Amino acid sequence: MTAAIEFREVSRVFGDVRAVDDVSFAIEPGEFFAMLGPSGSGKTSCLRLVAGFDSPDRGQVLLDGSDVSSVPPYDRNVNTVFQDYALFPHMNVLQNVAYGPRVRGVSLAEREQRARAMLELVQLAAQGERRPAQLSGGQRQRVALARALINQPKVLLLDEPLGALDLKLREEMQIELKGLQRRLGITFVYVTHDQGEALSMADRVAVFNKGRIEQLAAPRELYTRPATAFVARFVGSANVAGSELAKSITGTAAPFAIRAENISVQSDSASAAPNAVIAEGAVVAVQYHGAASRWQVKLDAGDVWSALITEEDSRALDHLEVGARVKLSWPRAAAVMLSTASSG
Amino acid sequence: MSLRAASTFFYRRPNWYLALLLVPPLLWFGTVYLGSLFALLAQSFYRIDDFTAQIVREPTLATYKQVVTQPANIDIVLRTVTMAVAVTIACAIIALPIATYMARYARGRMKAFFYVGVMLPMWTSYLVKVYAWRLLLAKEGIIAWVLSKVGLLGLLEALLSTPGIGGPSLSSSYLGMFIVFVYMWLPFMILPMAAALERVPGSLLQASADLGARPAQTFRNVVLPLAVPGIAAGSVFTFSLTLGDYIIPSVVGAPGYFIGMMVYVQQGTAGNIPLAAAFSVVPIVLIFVYLSIAKRFGAFDAL
Repeated sequence: MTAAIEFREVSRVFGDVRAVDDVSFAIEPGEFFAMLGPSGSGKTSCLRLVAGFDSPDRGQVLLDGSDVSSVPPYDRNVNTVFQDYALFPHMNVLQNVAYGPRVRGVSLAEREQRARAMLELVQLAAQGERRPAQLSGGQRQRVALARALINQPKVLLLDEPLGALDLKLREEMQIELKGLQRRLGITFVYVTHDQGEALSMADRVAVFNKGRIEQLAAPRELYTRPATAFVARFVGSANVAGSELAKSITGTAAPFAIRAENISVQSDSASAAPNAVIAEGAVVAVQYHGAASRWQVKLDAGDVWSALITEEDSRALDHLEVGARVKLSWPRAAAVMLSTASSG
Repeated sequence: MSLRAASTFFYRRPNWYLALLLVPPLLWFGTVYLGSLFALLAQSFYRIDDFTAQIVREPTLATYKQVVTQPANIDIVLRTVTMAVAVTIACAIIALPIATYMARYARGRMKAFFYVGVMLPMWTSYLVKVYAWRLLLAKEGIIAWVLSKVGLLGLLEALLSTPGIGGPSLSSSYLGMFIVFVYMWLPFMILPMAAALERVPGSLLQASADLGARPAQTFRNVVLPLAVPGIAAGSVFTFSLTLGDYIIPSVVGAPGYFIGMMVYVQQGTAGNIPLAAAFSVVPIVLIFVYLSIAKRFGAFDAL
């Protein structure tokens, strides 16, 4: 099967910044693919290369098996949902949605009919005559989606599409987007800096850092088996032991990560469970989150680690105050060994 | 009252603060600016007594009747409006690519260079520029000289022999006057246009291309409609400045009168203030008509 999108050793350099640094990957047709990373990590640059707003300095970008590195955006069967939605302010909703067919020479009657069908799909059938400025953020988002889908692209690119929405709306839209993707069966490439969004929606996630892909894996694998310290921190907000810290805890200099929910906190005097790994430190802060509490503990080696404790366990430790000595312990098997290559 | 107390006082009473800021300029604007305008308008409803040359201070439409019925006066209005329309269209056509480049493509030093370059001519004396143009356009001027050197003098002569716009030389033809007007008012078209184009987010152009529009389609469907408020603002400048100017038509060009010259002559040597006032109402009315047409065509919808 030909990949929907393929990057072959692609680089894009701005001045002395390597925005995309020798990146290779392939996205299967019909896949929900997320590009995850902090701002400036190269994920949006990659998206722009797919859309055609930019071309690579080196390497090839392939769509459906053919090299499109020098094909302009208007000749690519790819559409984009922009972060700021980029709706045309001088057109009403219907005209916005009908824009794609319009510039491709579809007759007025046909394109309006298609646009109405798209608005139906995103549940905005009644808003066709309104201007974008008269819509709420969530509605604009849907218009942008309808406008991008009307050309029936093989690939839909979404650039932080939910970034401007509030939490509740964002969660609703996540479910809706995922359902839409399943129904239409087209490839979604979803750029986000929100790891929760990437993990909950995507089939596979590419984690970007400094223009490179740190790890490309399914969400569960990414979370349970992060390959590098960067991925462990960014995706699972895990505690990372670099080689020095690892040596002081386990006796070997192999870096590892341990997720906050796998750590339990005990008072200094308690005896550890057999086969547990232990690190000692002092409580820096306790953040109450309702169902769980996050304990920030400064290890004797200097790093601050966090442990996520259930409300029940936390209550048993209520007598411990900030500055109290505690033991952090976790089952040996819960630690994930990391590759030493990463700098993150 | 200490400064701190005064600050607190006004911080708690934002309306007072606003009043303090606005009253002086509004007084100036209301009395000096609008007041004198209305005084002028009032004068246009007086008339001059043909025998005594005294102003008769009774409300009458006689002066307006004079403007809109006497063939010589109608000619003046038509001549001025035709010139203003031509100048506005020419300015818009020349300004669009320049403004587009300034707003969308020029970066850093190049951008600064263009903005300064557009505004630089406005820092020099208006009169100096007009007289300089008269020399440039003269029969023995540099333009005719260059054209003769490159063998295009025939073209110039053909243009100058065109009835209506021609004349003995560029400096004494409507064509020459048109060139000077366009030169003078071009910055007033470029700057609002560039400002309008600067406000168009780049993502709109990307979205257009993304949806399949070729650059020409993006320009027609997205850039141009969003530049229209800027073009409208610029055209109000070029149109009204041309309608009201009396120096350029008296220094460069053919002998026919323009509205501005008429106002100048009537209120000065002729002493016919009512007629001068009536003539100066003409541009105001024309601008109103122009703006309402522009509004009807949706020029301000993207605002």
